[in-house]
Amino acid sequence: MTSKLFPYSPAPESQAIVNIASSYGLFIGGEFVEPDDGETFKTINPASEEVLAEISEAGPRDIDRAVAAARKAFDGVWGSMSGKERAKYLFRIARIIQERSRELAVLESLDNGKPIKESRDVDLPLVAAHFFYYAGWADKLEHAGFGANPKPIGVAAQVIPWNFPLMMLAWKIAPALACGNTVVLKPAETTPLTALVFAEICQQAGLPAGVVNIVTGAGETGKMLVGHEGVDKVAFTGSTEVGRAIAKTLAGSRKRLSLELGGKAANIVFDDAPIDEAVEGIVGGIFFNQGHVCCAGSRLLVQESVADEVLDRLRRRMSTLRLGDPLDKNTDVGAINSYEQLARIRELSDIGEAEGAERWSPACELPERGFWFPPTIFTGVTQAHRIAREEIFGPVLSVLTFRTPDEAIEKANNTPYGLSAGVWTDKGSRILWTADRLRAGVVWANTFNKFDPASPFGGYKESGFGREGGRHGLEAYLAKGK
Amino acid sequence: MRAKKTDETDRIGVRKTYKLYIGGAFPRSESGRTYPVGDSHGDFAANAALASRKDARDAVVAARAAFGGWSRATAYNRGQVLYRVAEVMEGRRDQFATEVHNAEGGKPDAAAAAVDAAIDRVVWYAGWTDKVAQVVGAANPVAGPFFDFSVPEPTGIVAIVAPATSSLLGLVSVLMPVIATGNTTVVLASELRPLPAITLTEALATSDLPGGVVNMLTGKVAEVAPWLASHADVNGLDLTGAPLALWRDLEIAAADNLKRVRRPDDVEPDWSRDPGTDRLTTFLETKTVWHPLGV
Repeated sequence: MTSKLFPYSPAPESQAIVNIASSYGLFIGGEFVEPDDGETFKTINPASEEVLAEISEAGPRDIDRAVAAARKAFDGVWGSMSGKERAKYLFRIARIIQERSRELAVLESLDNGKPIKESRDVDLPLVAAHFFYYAGWADKLEHAGFGANPKPIGVAAQVIPWNFPLMMLAWKIAPALACGNTVVLKPAETTPLTALVFAEICQQAGLPAGVVNIVTGAGETGKMLVGHEGVDKVAFTGSTEVGRAIAKTLAGSRKRLSLELGGKAANIVFDDAPIDEAVEGIVGGIFFNQGHVCCAGSRLLVQESVADEVLDRLRRRMSTLRLGDPLDKNTDVGAINSYEQLARIRELSDIGEAEGAERWSPACELPERGFWFPPTIFTGVTQAHRIAREEIFGPVLSVLTFRTPDEAIEKANNTPYGLSAGVWTDKGSRILWTADRLRAGVVWANTFNKFDPASPFGGYKESGFGREGGRHGLEAYLAKGK
Repeated sequence: MRAKKTDETDRIGVRKTYKLYIGGAFPRSESGRTYPVGDSHGDFAANAALASRKDARDAVVAARAAFGGWSRATAYNRGQVLYRVAEVMEGRRDQFATEVHNAEGGKPDAAAAAVDAAIDRVVWYAGWTDKVAQVVGAANPVAGPFFDFSVPEPTGIVAIVAPATSSLLGLVSVLMPVIATGNTTVVLASELRPLPAITLTEALATSDLPGGVVNMLTGKVAEVAPWLASHADVNGLDLTGAPLALWRDLEIAAADNLKRVRRPDDVEPDWSRDPGTDRLTTFLETKTVWHPLGV
């Protein structure tokens, strides 16, 4: 944002650390191979619309090959390798991620549009930590509470979104490998680059061929992968709509499924909350990663008696957010990941206005090229408004008010989603009372958007099922004992 | 129930009307329909209520109404109630043995053993109510100044297609783990052997189990199960007793609101085996709560 308050000089992170190839093949059986039918697509930098690289589009025969490679690795090496040995490969991968952390952070910001301070300080540390965490589980599975002799499931098909490309990869691959499964993973079509560098990291780690396979492509590729006869397990993070379709595809089969889907989280601010901290939490809750966060605090529920004060301070705080070059170390709000996503954010915001809510954004100059949307709040929102019901997946906050704690709970739970929620209050008993009543998989009390490999994450209701992270995260990758 | 024994004496027996169990009451099917239920020899035993779509929906409404109170009851209280169920079943041990024998056939001793196992299983789950959170919950050692913990919570309303063969032991083996953790249920009893299920509800109704926690429907699985599978206010679906031919369609219907689905086994499980904790944790959600540490 063109803040008059604090003029800053540009402080761009150097791009010299990344070396992007002009084109990438598919990573199958331990090496990069050309796609069978030769189709490709381009991945661009959403902040500049410049083409970063040409990416292979995996077709049916490529998926066959990748699944066959994963099966061969499962049967031949990985499924029967001792946990102690598997662990060491995962530790190696974790270490190499740390070694190449800055490079990966820059690449993530280039391909995704997220601010470098987030990819550098949030995504990458969590990615490495996730591999470290699950590496340690690989030889301790019999102590995890899932039976005396836990076994892997087999070949896992994993489809991940574009909002935290490498972090979602880590959440999928680390527990899968720790439990002895092999994987075929499809990154999102707009953010394939860090997954392809991860393939290189698997090579550097000496990971046996076929344990990790990376196939790139769009929705069709994902559909072929999750529906493939040769996979035993499907893990998906993305929209509820696609999650539903996958659940139907797998119906009547013995394939296991875990889903991490959409959300419309309530962030509840009680009248005794420390207002400045709550405002920071509201800002972090919805503007972190441009609001491209399934657990974003996209519905602010503020107690009526403090609503004016909270909103005044929120507007003031929003006026200091810096929007622009994702690689600038001072940037708070980066680029929207794709034109399609920008169009959806615009459409729902326009609907919000048309339905009678009041829209506000700080004075804000948007860069001429690339995809941008200013931090936005809507006040006067009712529960019937589409912006209070549908996931916008952008930097748009809907503000509702409440009078009593019961009303806050009623409104917070009035959604088919149930991924996360926030509560801000100074009173301990009220925190626990509220947390107890919220039907959501993660409740952040006097904080928001915190993640850790040891902390189970996942939703209630239509936000999906299964947990990622912690001991709980192992369950999705272990065969059901009889 | 086979009533011959009583009928053969000089006194004319008083037979029981087998009705549904919804919201703590025993209504007939709103449809007015019944279907004849035979005993293991194929002789007429009773006219059971033939539940309709409306009955299924009424049962879901009752289960939703009961969810708040039951899920919020203390685990200790839920354990007390379930143990009371076992006590009341024990008092009706002979009646259950006769009904199970009539329904399933075989040796009377085997029926009695199944009843004993069923009562013991209720006791097993009664004891689990206040332990499951300690076994599957966690304090999470996150890398930051936060207290972070995870607790199991009930999924919500679970529709259960009860085992087709094991009319009482199978039934309590699928039902008790689901309500022990605070879910409320709509159960579709064994289509061919529904009578012990209705007698079980009489034990439930006199055990301080709040009305609506368990709702029992009798009727055709192929007719009623699809309505439960597609119902938007049902959160979980246990297909243990569903015919394999119906499984896929039921699971597809369940996906519309992303119900948690427990798939049927290829063959009905051996219910006499140690149940483990698998069914206890099937319909649980994990809630993780973060709070900063500081002064």
